[in-house]
Parts: sequence; structure tokens; C-alpha cells
Amino acid sequence: MPTKPDPTDDALIEVRDLSVHYRLGGSAAARLLGRDTGAVRAVDGVSFVLRRGEVLGLVGESGSGKTTLGRAMLGLVRPTSGRILYRGRDIGAARERDLRRLRRDLQMIFQDPHAALNPAMDLGTAIGHPLRIHRLAATPAARHRRVVEALERVGLVPVEQFLGKYPADLSGGQKQRAVIARAIISGPSLLVADEPVSMLDMSVRAKILDLMLELRRDLGLTYLYITHDLATAKFFCDRVAICYLGKIVEIGPTTQIFAEPRHPYTRALLAAIPEPDPSRTVMRDLPRGEIPDAARPPTGCAFHPRCPHAFGPCGWEARDLRALLESRWTRIGDDRYRAEQSLFADLAELDTPGRRIQIRAAANAQGLLDLLTEMRAVDPAEPFWRGVTDIQIDGDRVVIEFAPPVEPHLLPMDEVAVSCHLYDANLSPDAQVSDRTP
Amino acid sequence: MSADRDRPPEPEDAPPADSRSESSARTSTELLAVRDLRIWYGTDRGPVRAVDRVSLDLAPGQALGLVGESGCGKSTLGRGLLGMLPPAAATDGEIRFQGRNLIGMSPARLRSLHGPAHGMIFQEPLTRLDPLMRVSEHFEETLHTHQPDLTRDEARHRALSALRGMGIPPTRYRSYPHEFSGGMRQRIMIALTLVLRPAFVVADEPTTALDVLVEAQIVRILADLRRNFATALLLITHNLGIVAESCDRVAVMYAGRIVEEGDVRQVFGAPAHPYTRELLASTISLATTELHYIPGAPPDLVDPPPGCRFHPRCPEAMRVCPARDPVDVEVDVGHRAACWLHGPESLVPPGMDARLTQGAIGVADEA
Ligand SMILES: Nc1ncnc2c1ncn2[C@@H]1O[C@H](COP(=O)(O)OP(=O)(O)OP(=O)(O)O)[C@@H](O)[C@H]1O
Ligand SMILES: Nc1ncnc2c1ncn2[C@@H]1O[C@H](COP(=O)(O)OP(=O)(O)OP(=O)(O)O)[C@@H](O)[C@H]1O
Ligand code: SF4
Ligand code: SF4
Ligand SMILES: [Mg+2]
Ligand SMILES: [Mg+2]
Repeated sequence: MPTKPDPTDDALIEVRDLSVHYRLGGSAAARLLGRDTGAVRAVDGVSFVLRRGEVLGLVGESGSGKTTLGRAMLGLVRPTSGRILYRGRDIGAARERDLRRLRRDLQMIFQDPHAALNPAMDLGTAIGHPLRIHRLAATPAARHRRVVEALERVGLVPVEQFLGKYPADLSGGQKQRAVIARAIISGPSLLVADEPVSMLDMSVRAKILDLMLELRRDLGLTYLYITHDLATAKFFCDRVAICYLGKIVEIGPTTQIFAEPRHPYTRALLAAIPEPDPSRTVMRDLPRGEIPDAARPPTGCAFHPRCPHAFGPCGWEARDLRALLESRWTRIGDDRYRAEQSLFADLAELDTPGRRIQIRAAANAQGLLDLLTEMRAVDPAEPFWRGVTDIQIDGDRVVIEFAPPVEPHLLPMDEVAVSCHLYDANLSPDAQVSDRTP
Repeated sequence: MSADRDRPPEPEDAPPADSRSESSARTSTELLAVRDLRIWYGTDRGPVRAVDRVSLDLAPGQALGLVGESGCGKSTLGRGLLGMLPPAAATDGEIRFQGRNLIGMSPARLRSLHGPAHGMIFQEPLTRLDPLMRVSEHFEETLHTHQPDLTRDEARHRALSALRGMGIPPTRYRSYPHEFSGGMRQRIMIALTLVLRPAFVVADEPTTALDVLVEAQIVRILADLRRNFATALLLITHNLGIVAESCDRVAVMYAGRIVEEGDVRQVFGAPAHPYTRELLASTISLATTELHYIPGAPPDLVDPPPGCRFHPRCPEAMRVCPARDPVDVEVDVGHRAACWLHGPESLVPPGMDARLTQGAIGVADEA
């Protein structure tokens, strides 16, 4: 086991209600999408404390906002709202001059070590570069000494052999070591490591993680470890935060989250990991559907379109009916698809937001209602129907009403905090996820 | 939605009645038989022997995982099997695909096999989807190129059922690539490879950049494909978990050679080759409590070590190992390994099974 020192309670960085929204400009892509207004909510109301000396894992699907959050913590992207407090100052509001000083303390390691190194710069120069920009070495000789020391620390020895090398002469693992040497040379307190091993093969991955643990021990570093790989997170982190669509849905000590995952999304992630154990080749149970578009997040709980436990207050809307229909249409034949699709006057009506939707029928509303009734009869356990409070014909249209959406917030439970209505006694009749497991 | 033709809709969900059923009707058990394949790249430092005397067989519907550290020649082998190597590469040996030897075949004939017979799935989906073309146009173009006698309606029908198989609804047929998520694009790419129902697909790290959920979806899709169309699959990946879950057999490659091959359960459950054992031990899984790694790195393939190429890193190396090339030994039914620990004893001179003393390997001498 790696030594996991009791993280002392003092905060290195405190993130309070942080949001980073990217405006969708008039780009060609946005116009084609017909969403020329609006913003991608890459990070949307995130709060947590990074404790001195701990490794906090940020785990989540592609596009959940992990990189954006990491960059915001280094002042590389400006928050839309909220605060990032480091030593009593707000990184998000710091002036560029102050940021430059702060960056000595806050460093980043990237996924692709190749792209992170200048191909025209030899290692000695590249690794000494931060000393030059931050004026941290009085003389060239002092700089050289520190470069040698950093190379030794990351295991690029014998140093004389590596000083004059160029990135092209190095393997993937060696490049990542060089990137780490450059990150630690200014004596930082925090390293944000964004998928530092995901491009490396297994044996090299283990070596780099080992190096990072050693550096933490020797230099007292704090890490924010960004990954979508749960296995390395479980091994490497003291605490993990599970992210979904710009929000933290569950956060707590690694051992607890892996032993007793509470949020349905965390459970889905854990269930999806393939294990190289040949005796355990059962088919995995996957949540349905796609990661939603962060520019149009689902109402209520962002996970509700995929959640097997979703119920009334989780945020049902017309789009969910569209997804239900489309999923059905991937399963039935072309002829039935065409017949069913032609019942609708305009499928685009299923993109209308709101608690009450009116769907116009192409010819007769009864046919449309019959289709919905049949869908419900075929799969009564479908969570969508738990959110429908009323459904009836009104002239040439079918009108559906949904239960009012409630947005979940992190609820503290022991040392873990979970953002899910199943644990909210005011919303969930039994407030016990295990009772709902089908 | 696209305007539908006045043709009556075709019968649906029928088993695919076309070239694929012919190929599965062929009774030969092997789809692909590779013998003594060598592939090398000419460089100014001399030839890089990326694939060195590789033999393997693949039956229709079978999935073979190919694993090994970076630089062991996995991609080279995968591309070589499809005749998709860069011009700097030279090949020797035999690749029998549906009875024909691909080696020595003219580039034009090889190209005619791509699509209908062969498909390759690459890692990054957007590189092959044209952002200015609708999904429907991608499919129409591919089908038109390879199966010009299909009518437009037949092509649409084929495309929609390929997309359905990937969970992409027909309502999205006329969308542009950027209107999909990364995982959906990846699946559209796969559908585009599979719409031609190739008999053999090489998937080279198809899930490296993806998260577990998308990855799991793709693994499931590849499994369906084998079941429904008897497509044979070579799956190249660093993720041994994926291999355990989705392949029948696994080949472990080291320094251009296949050092162990067999049923996935056998090989992962009771690895015969020290390299396989070390590779499995290095894998970080949910059960990992201690990091393990193989010291050193795979060798430079211009000048690999003599004898067993793993010997400088092997914890069990013997005196025979640097002196002689190990030979393939059947350690169990359908499970072979090339390692002197498994003999044959007749080829190990007396005293040569003594432990070899190794020099120290620096921690940064890594791939
Ligand atoms: N510069 C940008 N402009 C507009 N949108 C952006 C920008 N950068 C990121 N996004 C969007 O913000 C969301 C979060 O992106 P981010 O890169 O932070 O996710 P991530 O969790 O790091 O994903 P991955 O695992 O794929 O790296 C995504 O929807 C992404 O498309
Ligand atoms: N076009 C080329 N010219 C010269 N050498 C090459 C070329 N392509 C690959 N090589 C060399 O051939 C060897 C095998 O490379 P290959 O890409 O097949 O390995 P791999 O097992 O797929 O590795 P990875 O896991 O990193 O993808 C390596 O030593 C590589 O440097
Ligand atoms: S609040 Fe909980 S139950 Fe409801 S959709 Fe979200 S995760 Fe599922
Ligand atoms: S042949 Fe020798 S060096 Fe090679 S793997 Fe077997 S024991 Fe190790
Ligand atoms: Mg990222
Ligand atoms: Mg490769």
C-alpha cells in the first residue's frame, strides 16, 4: 500500500460554488447546431476543499468538466462565478501579475507529454525554464544545479545523458518524467495532474504513479489527480470526487466510495470496469443513453435520463420522451419506425422545455395516445413513467404533464457527500437506495 | 426526416442475406492463417524488425486480443494483416486470408479487399468523419463505392440498420458529425466500417481515449458483431480487462514475436510465459494494493538481444536463454508459449538451465 498519511485538516485550496461557463459564440458549429445563444456549463456550482498533502481524484466521463476545473484552479481559465481561495486570495479574481507568482506554487502535468514539451528545446533548457521565468536561480550555475537535482529526482539518470537530449529522443515514460521535473523545479505545493498516465502502457504507468507517490512523500506535494480510470484513482487517491456534467455528484474518502458507492452514477461507473480476472467475465450492466450536451443539461438531476432509479422529482421533460422513442426505434424495424414516426406532426415539439408539453398528431391524437399507452404497457418499470403525472387528449394533440423537477444538492452522509434525491427523506419515501434496487 | 420512397418497406429484421452468409457457409475453419510473417521497416540505422516470424490462426467469429508493451509491434502486425503498411515496410512469409495469400498481392487487389473483406477501426473517430458531410452522406458514399449495385433505398436501409445496431436512432441519420457526442461518433465510425460487413476487423486501441461507460458499450457492440455476422476480430489494446471480457483468445507480443498464445482464461488464469506474468502483475486494477512494474524496457528492434529477447528483464532467465531462441511449446491444448522454462528439455544442453545472473536495470530505461 502507498503510505496515505492522515490528511491534516488544513485546507490548501478551497473552492466555493465555482462555475465556468464557455460562451458558445457564433462559430460555424454552434450555428449548424442551431444553438447560437447559450453556454456550455463546463463547471457548474462546484465546492470542495483540497487538503494539504492529500491526493484528491477528480473522476468522471469525458466532457464532465474535469480539465476545466483543474485549469481554473491554476488561474488558467477565469471562473464565471464563485471563488478559489488559496492562502487567503481568490485565484479566480487575481491579476495576471499576481497569477504569475502563484503559478510557481501551482503546477500542471498534462496527459500528452509529447505535446507538453517544446521539440526544439533540450531537456536541460526546458526543465530550467521555470527557474528563468520566475527568476528563481541567481546564477546559471545555480540553475544548472537545480536542473540536475530535478532530473535525479524524477529518475532521469545518469543526468549527463539526459541534459542534452531532445523530446524526440525520449520514450513516452521518459517524456512524462521530464514534464514532472519541469513541474516540480519551482518548488510548487500543488500539482494538478490531468490524465498523466492514460497514454502510457501499463508497466510505464505503474512507474510514473510510483514516482508521483515518492515525490509527494519527499516534497510534501498535494495532488489533484484528474482521470477517467477508476482503478488508478482507487489506488492513488486519498479522496475522490465523482463528476457528472459539471457537478460533483459524490465526494468522500476513496475507501468508502469504492466499498459503498451511493450515487447511481458512481455505481454505474464501478460496474462498468472490466477486470483482467478471467473468472469474472460477466456481462456488465450499463446505463442507457448518452452523456447529455453540457450546453443543454437535463433539468433536475442531470443523470436522470440514464438513471435506473430515477423517480418523480428527478426532472422529467419532453426530451426524455424523445429519447425513449428513439431508443425504441433503434430496436424495431424500419417499417414500424416509419409508421410510428408518421403519427407525429413534428418531432421537434419533443424538444420543448417545460413541465407540460403538447404534442400535435399528424392525423389523429388517439393513435398517438395509443402508441404511448402501448409503450407504457410493454415496459411499465421504465423510470420515465414515474415522472408523468397526467396524459390526455386535447383536440388534435396529446398533453403530458410531468412532476415538478427538483435539483439535487450534495447531502452529507458520514464522511461522504452525495447529490441524489434517493437520500433525501423529504423526497424519497424510503430514502434508501438499496430498497430501490430492482 | 428524409423523404421516404414510394417503394414498399422491406421485410425487417431478417438475417442479413448477402455476401456474409456465403462466407460463413464456407466450411474452412480458418479465415486467416499467418505463417512465419516478418515485417520490417527500413531506416538509416538498419532494419527495424517490428514483426519477427509470427504465426497465428483466426476462425470466423473469433476474437483474438493482442497485448504487449508499447513498441512491441502490435500495430505493425495489425496493419500488416490488412495489407495497410506504409511504403517503408517490407514483408515476408504468408498471410492466407480466405485461402488467398495477401503477400505479393498487387496494391490494387489489396485495396479492393478493404471494406468488403477487411475493416480497420482506429482510435480517433473524428479523423475519418468529414465534418461537412451528414452521417447519411458518409454511408451513401461508402456503400456506393463498395457496392455500386445497391439502390439508394437499399443503401439507406443497410445504413440505418448498421446505425441501429450501434444504438444511433434513425432520427439522427441526417445529422452532422459534431452534433454527436464523442462516444456516438466513435460508434458511427464503427457502423461505417461494419456496414460493409467485413469478414475481418482489426481494432487498434479503439477505446484508449474513452471513459469506462463508452468503452463498455463498444466492447458490447464488437461482441454483437461477431455473433451476428461471424466477423473475426483482432483487438489491440493495453487494457487486459477488455481482452478478458471480449476475446476468446489472446496473443502476447514481445519485441516482434508472439511469446504466448491461447484461450484467454487459460493464459490469464495460468500464464506460462514470464513476460505474460509480469504484464498481468503490472496491470492496475481495482484489486491493486501494490504497484508492480517490469524493470527496463522492450529492446530496440534494430538490434534486439540474442536468444530469448526478454532475457535481460526476465526474473527467471537461465543460461540457455541468451544463447538460443526459444521454440513454441504446447503447454496445454491450444495454449503455446515460447520459453525455455517449458522446454523442450532435449534442446537445453546440460547445465544450461542454471540461473542467469543479470546486470542492474535503471528505472528510467523505459519504453
Ligand atoms: N474552450 C472551450 N470552449 C467551449 N467549450 C469548451 C471549451 N473547453 C471545454 N469545453 C466544453 O466544456 C465541457 C467540459 O470540458 P472538459 O475538457 O473540462 O471536460 P473533461 O472532463 O476534462 O473531459 P475529458 O475527459 O474528455 O478530457 C465539454 O462539454 C467541452 O466540450
Ligand atoms: N513507419 C515506421 N518506420 C520505422 N519504424 C517504425 C515505423 N512504425 C513503427 N516503427 C517501429 O516499429 C516498432 C513497432 O511499432 P508498433 O507501432 O507496431 O508497436 P505497438 O506495439 O503498436 O506500440 P504501441 O503500443 O505504442 O502502439 C517500434 O520500434 C516502432 O518504433
Ligand atoms: S436524483 Fe438520484 S435517483 Fe434521481 S435521477 Fe439523479 S441519481 Fe437518479
Ligand atoms: S526463455 Fe528464459 S529469458 Fe525468456 S522468458 Fe523464458 S525463462 Fe525468461
Ligand atoms: Mg480533460
Ligand atoms: Mg500501436
